[in-house]
Amino acid sequence: MKDWMGKIRTLSIFSFLVMVLTACGKNNLTALVPKGYGAEQSFNVIIISILVMIVVFIVVMAIYIYVVLKFRRKKGQENQIPKQTEGNKTLEVVWTVIPILLLIIIAVPTIASTYDLADEGEKEDSINVNVKGMQFWWNFEYANEEVQTSQELYIPVDQKVYLNMLSGDVIHAFWVPSISGKMDVSPENENTMYIEAFEEGVYWGKCTEFCGDSHSLMDFKIVVVSQEEYDQWIEGLKNTDPEYTAQSASAQEGQQLFNNNCISCHAIDASATNPVIAPNLADFGNRAMIAGVEHYSKEALVDWILNPGEIKPGNGMMEAPYLTDNAINEEDAEKIADFLMELKATDKPVESVEIFREEEGQGN
Amino acid sequence: MSTLVATNKKSFGATLWDYLTTVDHKKIAIMYLIAGGFFFLVGGLEALAIRWQLVQPMNDFVSAGFYNELITMHGTTMIFLAAMPLIFAFMNAVVPLQIGARDVAFPFLNSLGFWLFLFGGIMLNVGWFTGGAADAGWTAYAPLSTTSPGEGVDYYVLGLQISGAGTLMGGINFLVTIVNMRAPGMTYMRMPLFTWTAFVASALILFAFPALTVGLFLMMFDRLFGSGFFEANMGGNAVIWQHLFWIFGHPEVYILALPAFGVFSEIISTFSKKRLFGYTAMVFATVLIGFLGFMVWAHHMFTVGMGPAANSIFAVATMAIAVPTGIKIFNWLFTLWGGSIEINTPMLWALGFIPTFTLGGMTGVMVAAASADYQFHDTYFVVAHFHYVIVGGVVFALLAGLHYWWPKMFGTILDDKLGKITFWFFFIGFHLTFFIQHFLGLMGMPRRYWTYLENQGLDLGNLVSTIGAFLMGVGTIFLLINIVKTTMKNEKVGGDPWDARTLEWAIPSPPPFYNFKQLPLVRGLDPLWVEKTEGRKGMTPAEPIGDIHMPNNSFLPFVISVGLFIAGFGFIYQKNDLSWLTLVFIGMGIALGAMLTRSVKDDIGYHIHKEDLQKEAEES
Repeated sequence: MKDWMGKIRTLSIFSFLVMVLTACGKNNLTALVPKGYGAEQSFNVIIISILVMIVVFIVVMAIYIYVVLKFRRKKGQENQIPKQTEGNKTLEVVWTVIPILLLIIIAVPTIASTYDLADEGEKEDSINVNVKGMQFWWNFEYANEEVQTSQELYIPVDQKVYLNMLSGDVIHAFWVPSISGKMDVSPENENTMYIEAFEEGVYWGKCTEFCGDSHSLMDFKIVVVSQEEYDQWIEGLKNTDPEYTAQSASAQEGQQLFNNNCISCHAIDASATNPVIAPNLADFGNRAMIAGVEHYSKEALVDWILNPGEIKPGNGMMEAPYLTDNAINEEDAEKIADFLMELKATDKPVESVEIFREEEGQGN
Repeated sequence: MSTLVATNKKSFGATLWDYLTTVDHKKIAIMYLIAGGFFFLVGGLEALAIRWQLVQPMNDFVSAGFYNELITMHGTTMIFLAAMPLIFAFMNAVVPLQIGARDVAFPFLNSLGFWLFLFGGIMLNVGWFTGGAADAGWTAYAPLSTTSPGEGVDYYVLGLQISGAGTLMGGINFLVTIVNMRAPGMTYMRMPLFTWTAFVASALILFAFPALTVGLFLMMFDRLFGSGFFEANMGGNAVIWQHLFWIFGHPEVYILALPAFGVFSEIISTFSKKRLFGYTAMVFATVLIGFLGFMVWAHHMFTVGMGPAANSIFAVATMAIAVPTGIKIFNWLFTLWGGSIEINTPMLWALGFIPTFTLGGMTGVMVAAASADYQFHDTYFVVAHFHYVIVGGVVFALLAGLHYWWPKMFGTILDDKLGKITFWFFFIGFHLTFFIQHFLGLMGMPRRYWTYLENQGLDLGNLVSTIGAFLMGVGTIFLLINIVKTTMKNEKVGGDPWDARTLEWAIPSPPPFYNFKQLPLVRGLDPLWVEKTEGRKGMTPAEPIGDIHMPNNSFLPFVISVGLFIAGFGFIYQKNDLSWLTLVFIGMGIALGAMLTRSVKDDIGYHIHKEDLQKEAEES
């Protein structure tokens, strides 16, 4: 018995070590390596509170270990009656006052950063994005530029971007841990938060309010680009055309199929007047991922068109007519994929998206 | 008057009937223990299924829909059907004895409370067999819960409503019992800490559960009768549900945690052979925690968009709870200081509790810091935090209390060696499961995730966590073996096997159904200890032997609960087909009929006569 209990102890120490060695998780996902203003503010408070708490823990554990080792009943002491101490006013005052002081150390920066992160002073002069959360995808409408996109939010580096958030169905929450803490997206109260990213790159966003079957797959990305790339991208989105004509022969057939089966929900231009029923597919050719969770490739897209319910259970596309009456076979899906992958607002994806695709491709 | 020959062996049918109709707080305690223990195992199996699904990325052990039912039912079951009734089990078994009472204030109500809990709990789980259990999370946030298809959430709403009514009755009962039925000399400042915590927890139940009742009632109307309290399109507001839920839900944490503190106060004091250090401060801290527990519900809602003022106020108020909690931790440490510490199974749980709960409290302060919580909220960090508090605090206390009071409840003693094996498996498994989840959360793993993608740095943490969960499962198996073994062996122990300090140990184990032949005279804190230090074996009686008034057994609580149970099905299924309304009328008819019977029938109980008591004393 003793022997394998020892093994369990070794295992727990081992796993603790592994955890420390794997450090902080994936770089564009973790909250422990902040790459944006909100994340940094939160991180500072986390660090302050953790330091204070470690001090408390050390004190408690020191007394605890001393007491348990020192006063453990030894053989032959069974009948010894220790002194029945009632209490000690001084000690009790000490361990009331010190924690209060420690809590003030945490409370002051907490309140300061809470107010800071809720500040809307620069909202007028910043980029404003109307965020809409839906089961299980995201719509982003650039309020002043009058274009919209879905699943991937482009923002320029080192700039405040205000998000005005509303849900189309149940409550969701918008979270990009590397860049900023989260905010609920509710059906009736518009919530506002701002984000500011310090480094270019593609960051993972997650829905964190339990919202149904595919809650765990309601991922999105924030693509942080240079100001120049951002301007080009917005300009490109403005020029996406609902009457776009596909280039290759296969894509042309695909466009036909798309118009027959998909256009009633999806749009291929970024016009802000398009109704928000399903993800806007403008600029689909430059996406970092398919459906937020699948590596960007034609196979994955075909798979998604044919089996959306298997990839994201409970999503709205499962009710599409082409699925219920099997109107589209694999060949058709490939043609549609050819068409969709042609849709590009800018000639080629921004650099960080290309890097992201490559890295994610290797991961799979 | 054959009341005193009840110890003869009875047939199974007679025993069953006895339990179905009993109003004896000690038997009700055993029923709470069995039912709560059963649901604890169910919730544990659900937890293992959850962890097995997450053992590797993109696992497909269960479907997304089924997983959501699992997490919902795991949370609901563990809080409402395992932790609460097990706390009630110990409150029932111990509180009347600790204050030197012969029963609770309202024995009939006590029985009704149990049966309502049980039938409510069954109702919650019926969903599994009729097309899907509740799947909107144990917090059931609208509008996900109001729009969830099927009957799962309806079972949640009605099951909780029925069992919640039982809990509310239990709370009121203990309040009245503790206020009114203390033995002569048992002043408030001489009450054992467990009784104090039960008292404050009962007060919390009195104020918190009505908020849940109201919330569930509104949700029932939204789901079953087409109202729109939580429906934005109809002028409602979904966030109102969150407020109502957490006005109940946050105090609920203390309803569970305070009695847990009480259990540890008893155990630490008993096994270090010292009176509790800073008793007055402990009582004050208990009351203060109870009070503050009501002021902080919105710290569950920092990301709802309440604005910085509300977030800051709730953040500071929440942090304030750390002060009385810290007072408690240090008082326990100084109770141990200078003591003669005996490390047996109950004490081992208490010693395991101190560092574990300290960690849970630490992350509690961290989560209370609003701007930091923007990162923690709804992630595995929070999952880790509340499991440290609820498992490290409450479940440890339940297991400690189980070993500590088992002799009092059953007259036998659980095996110490098996108890220690249980502890080590559970304790190590627990930390392996949950410690790493703090990091998983910060590394980007939100809670209630059915699966996670590959290549996100979350694989190893989840694997370790799952291994830990299964170690906890192994620990639980050893506990079951221990219980079976002890029951089979059936070796009786005396009234005071631990050389303990409080009144429940002054009478035989298990206690006679009338508890105290003569009410004891309480002459100080830890009354039994006071007598023992003065060289006496038992308590000094406060009254001469006389007739004892006892309540009659009754089958009506069972009937009322069955009636409401039946009506529940009627309410649920009338939304599909109005003919189900018949069941509502039948069920409510049964329940109201039974209540009417109770009202019009004189039931004044009976007396155990002085002569019988004296005869019994001579025979033994």
